[in-house]
Amino acid sequence: MSDTPADLLRRWVLAQADDQAEWVSQSLETISKGGPEKDLHVFLGLAPRRLGKADLELSDADLKAADAAHPGWTPAGWSIDGAARVLALLNSAGNRAFSDRFKDLRRTADMAELIALYRGLPLYPDPETLGFEVGEGLRSNIKAVFEAIAHQNPYARDHFDEHRWNHMILKALFVDSQLSPIIGLEERANPELARILVDYAQERWAAGRPVTDELWISVRPFRNDPEIKPQLDQAIADGHLTEETLQ
Amino acid sequence: MMLIDPHAHMISRTTDDYQAMAAAGVVALIEPAFWVGQPRTYVGTYVDYLSSIVGWERFRAGQFGIRHYCTVGLNSKEANNEELAEGVMEWLPRFALKEGVVAIGEIGYDEQTPLEDKYFRLQLELAKELHLPVMVHTPHRDKKRGTSRSMDVCEEMGVDPSMVIIDHNNEETVAEALQRGYWAGFSIYPSTKMGNARMVELLKQYGGERIIVDSACDWGISDSLGVAKTAKLALESGIPQETVRKVCYQNALDAYGQSGQMKEEDWLNPPAIDQRTVYEGNSILRGGREPRIEAPGERRAGQLLIE
Repeated sequence: MSDTPADLLRRWVLAQADDQAEWVSQSLETISKGGPEKDLHVFLGLAPRRLGKADLELSDADLKAADAAHPGWTPAGWSIDGAARVLALLNSAGNRAFSDRFKDLRRTADMAELIALYRGLPLYPDPETLGFEVGEGLRSNIKAVFEAIAHQNPYARDHFDEHRWNHMILKALFVDSQLSPIIGLEERANPELARILVDYAQERWAAGRPVTDELWISVRPFRNDPEIKPQLDQAIADGHLTEETLQ
Repeated sequence: MMLIDPHAHMISRTTDDYQAMAAAGVVALIEPAFWVGQPRTYVGTYVDYLSSIVGWERFRAGQFGIRHYCTVGLNSKEANNEELAEGVMEWLPRFALKEGVVAIGEIGYDEQTPLEDKYFRLQLELAKELHLPVMVHTPHRDKKRGTSRSMDVCEEMGVDPSMVIIDHNNEETVAEALQRGYWAGFSIYPSTKMGNARMVELLKQYGGERIIVDSACDWGISDSLGVAKTAKLALESGIPQETVRKVCYQNALDAYGQSGQMKEEDWLNPPAIDQRTVYEGNSILRGGREPRIEAPGERRAGQLLIE
């Protein structure tokens, strides 16, 4: 049988853990036995102190293995402490529902923990129960926390309803976050989003502000939708836009 | 000159303060948990406050190229609300190991009540258990006795003075704090605490060993450039550069660095993950401009166009 995401994370973390490998293995075993939640809290707190914050060293083969273990999962840019934290969560057993434990961790998390918690979203059990928690992360003003959900994370593509998806795209634009790292940008394009984005572009032009070319990725499939076609034609006539951008 | 402000309640300050501090050379600051000007009445609001200073406020500071650290603790004023205090004490260990938490603090006495004493001692115990430094808030009223008593209790509890920063000192308290082996903090805070001309006189008398200058800027009438202005005035008054560097930078780093959570590399050579996510870097460190002392908001006031 092929590797699970937890298998891969364990291998990568242990490979980079040097003399802390034993501590990681032992802690994971303790946590998996479902003892007091404090064991998990302590591990999460000590992870960066013991392991440092270096980037995970991943080969192309590792990245392929990640995508095979969970379609769309991209651990590029993860740090070793973040990976260890997600690994601990995946190994943790508890008496409470995963979403309750997750909520508790999120409420008390520092920035790096928030980023790690949200990057792990596609890998957790019962993903549908984390809707509220994901909403809290999307509403965060900390750009890196928002991006932990929006970028290189297939959770949004796989679990967001259309309204949430559309607002994530809008927020990304609003906080000057890139759109291209969003997984599912083309698959999840929809007429309502195209309409909102065209309105948004018009607002930007009216204010004399630039509009990123990435915005048109979600608009292109609906170029000829009667709801937006007149506005797009007008924008081309006004010199804001070219037909090529929409092709 | 790189500066550290080891006592600044940035949660109460605006982005103008951050800009002015960064322009003046502040590369790092410490936000002690304290009360927020009025009492909290729910444990949950206190939890969210602690969560803000380990997360959101850190992010805000990072946007201006300032590394943000904090201390966590139950302050002396709110220790008098026993129900709240008990709840906060349950949550506190969860926050004490967060990234960038450099001490338990600010704790100590306000009115020197039995409840304040109880929670002061409990938190000293926690600091000892976690090998964290302690930031002690010394009381405004009955100050001299309250300061001595704070040190007595630290010693009774077996906390090493080298792990304790006695803050808000003045001319009357400093000799004892230094003599007993503590770090002595001075808050350059108009009217109620220290003035910077007085601070310069103290530096002439005591030199720079174990003395730490901070602004303690908060929601009251206070100055986020307290450290920068003191450094400038001290240099102009002939205090040796090395002394100024110690009291406005190095001593704070040495004292709070004992937590293992605050290192010079954090701002000189931050990890790649931090550079991508939470710390924009500092333009002065990037070889930019000379430090400038300007009033917060000065640039805003001089600029008519808002784009």
